[in-house]
Amino acid sequence: MIKLTSINKTYQIGDTPLRALRDVSLNIDSGEYLSVMGPSGSGKSTLLNMIGLLDRPDSGSYLFDNVATEALKEERRARLRGENIGFIFQSFHLINRLTAFENVELPLILTEQPIKSRRQAVAEVLDMVGLSARASHKPNQLSGGQLQRVAIARAIVMRPRLLLADEPTGNLDSASGSEVIEVIERLNRDGITLVVVTHDQNLGDRATRHIRMVDGQIDSDQR
Amino acid sequence: MKLVDQISFNWQIFQRHGLRTFLLLLAVGIGVASVILLTSLGEGARRYVDREFSALGNRVLIVLPGCSETSGGAPPIYGSVPRDLTLEDAYTLEKIPGVLAVAPIVAGTTTVAVDSRSREVITLGSNQSFFTVRKLAVGAGQILPARTREDAMAVCVLGVKLKRELFGNARALGEWVRVGDRRMRVVSVLEERGESLGLDMRDILLIPVRTAEQLFNSPSLFRIMLDIAPSADSDLIQTKIKAVITERHEGEEDVTVISQDSMLAAFNSILTTLTLVIAAIASISLLVAGILIMNISLISVSQRRKEIGLLEAIGASSRQIRQLFLGESLLLVSLGSVAGILFAYSLIAFFSSLWPSFPLMPPLWAVPAAVGVAFFSGLTFSIVPAKRAAGLDPVLALRGVQE
Repeated sequence: MIKLTSINKTYQIGDTPLRALRDVSLNIDSGEYLSVMGPSGSGKSTLLNMIGLLDRPDSGSYLFDNVATEALKEERRARLRGENIGFIFQSFHLINRLTAFENVELPLILTEQPIKSRRQAVAEVLDMVGLSARASHKPNQLSGGQLQRVAIARAIVMRPRLLLADEPTGNLDSASGSEVIEVIERLNRDGITLVVVTHDQNLGDRATRHIRMVDGQIDSDQR
Repeated sequence: MKLVDQISFNWQIFQRHGLRTFLLLLAVGIGVASVILLTSLGEGARRYVDREFSALGNRVLIVLPGCSETSGGAPPIYGSVPRDLTLEDAYTLEKIPGVLAVAPIVAGTTTVAVDSRSREVITLGSNQSFFTVRKLAVGAGQILPARTREDAMAVCVLGVKLKRELFGNARALGEWVRVGDRRMRVVSVLEERGESLGLDMRDILLIPVRTAEQLFNSPSLFRIMLDIAPSADSDLIQTKIKAVITERHEGEEDVTVISQDSMLAAFNSILTTLTLVIAAIASISLLVAGILIMNISLISVSQRRKEIGLLEAIGASSRQIRQLFLGESLLLVSLGSVAGILFAYSLIAFFSSLWPSFPLMPPLWAVPAAVGVAFFSGLTFSIVPAKRAAGLDPVLALRGVQE
């Protein structure tokens, strides 16, 4: 499903170039459960953004479902991202002025889906994350765990095949954290490909494939 | 993104930033309203002049001594010319078919006195036709007698204001006044009527044309006014007038004929130009509103970096982000324009009820022009913020990093 070959990415921070990814090659099959761990600045998040088509490599190739993504126009990449990839962030990134329902609905609005099927899809995913009762609440009326579950609902409302989570439990207490993990692991069991970037060893260990990054390179890749 | 979804998305932003939105709406609304209101003043003036001229009701031609050369320039109104326009010239014009009445006018200033009260006034010498051409009526007494056409009778007609100043509330009819070194009997007082064609008819003295010639010691006419039949061809009559005068003046065409239509057209074009200039000046406020929108949008873009990053992460393309921000400005301008139009029209209705005599009304093009400029300005000044939003790197935007 995902085939990264010799990906390089350098950021210019001030005067010093920072090599975030060096010659990274990685294959991920459909339905896998990966954890990406490593010290800060090792390139974990950059790798995740690369897989999520938010970032473009300086060199190397990235095949997503056998489509060469480097050559695609921005608009095409955005569509590929919107339809196939769901993101979960450490800081949730919910829009405060919108209710939980409206936040989850956003991806469907961007792709111009009819109102009726939109409502149904949102209700379904909110039910899946156990928040049907909170649909009309705004983010400031929800707890951290609930916020992350709303974010998960938003990430999966388009029925993506790939779920990318960047420190999904980083801002949560352990009880809320386990709730969130439980939800995303259930999605994985149902067939979604799951990539989790984390500092949390316990969370990392739960994955079926462990990738460790150091200095922009894949240090180890264990199943 | 569907239009209705985009509008509701933008609307939620407006609700969230109520005060900011209200102030921007105010800026756009005031801009649109000022264009409409100020152009209504210009248009109102044009209509007012138009109505004043139509109030004369008839078709009037004016013959002035002197001729403007083809090199241009205004006809000389008080200028001196080699050959005078005389009373005989005027009465010859009566023979032209289609001319209903000819009022020769001699003008000057004289001192009018009753007892110790004296006033310096504009004095017009003419005959009965003057009343026809200028649609004047007298309140009491008679208009100038028919004999004044040729005879230098010692009679006069007073303007209302002049009468009041000389006689107060006392009866003026039949009384004697001193005009220069002569004594004249007051035969009537003009009916109260406002300014007409730039001359305050309440403050004049009207005497027979021959008397005026003697008084001013000159056979030269100030101008001749003609009333022509409604069915007559004005251009043809103007040509004939010139031909007659040219023949009488030994082959030299030294008069200028102007018609009420051409004067009206001149006023119209002046006031229309004025209205356009006013509109352009008022439009500046819309440009200011546009700059204000740009300012706020730029701030909004940098405040909403994370949101923009998120939208890109969930599949929004740069084009959609740009549309979202342009749409926000357009919605703002639309709402502001509607508010401005409503405000302008209610104000116009209010002032119209206060001064019904002034035809306050925006010209037809004012509303489309105001709204057009508002949209142009709103759109132009939103391009930069929208581009900036669309150009954000989603990775950095999500982290809230300032680039």
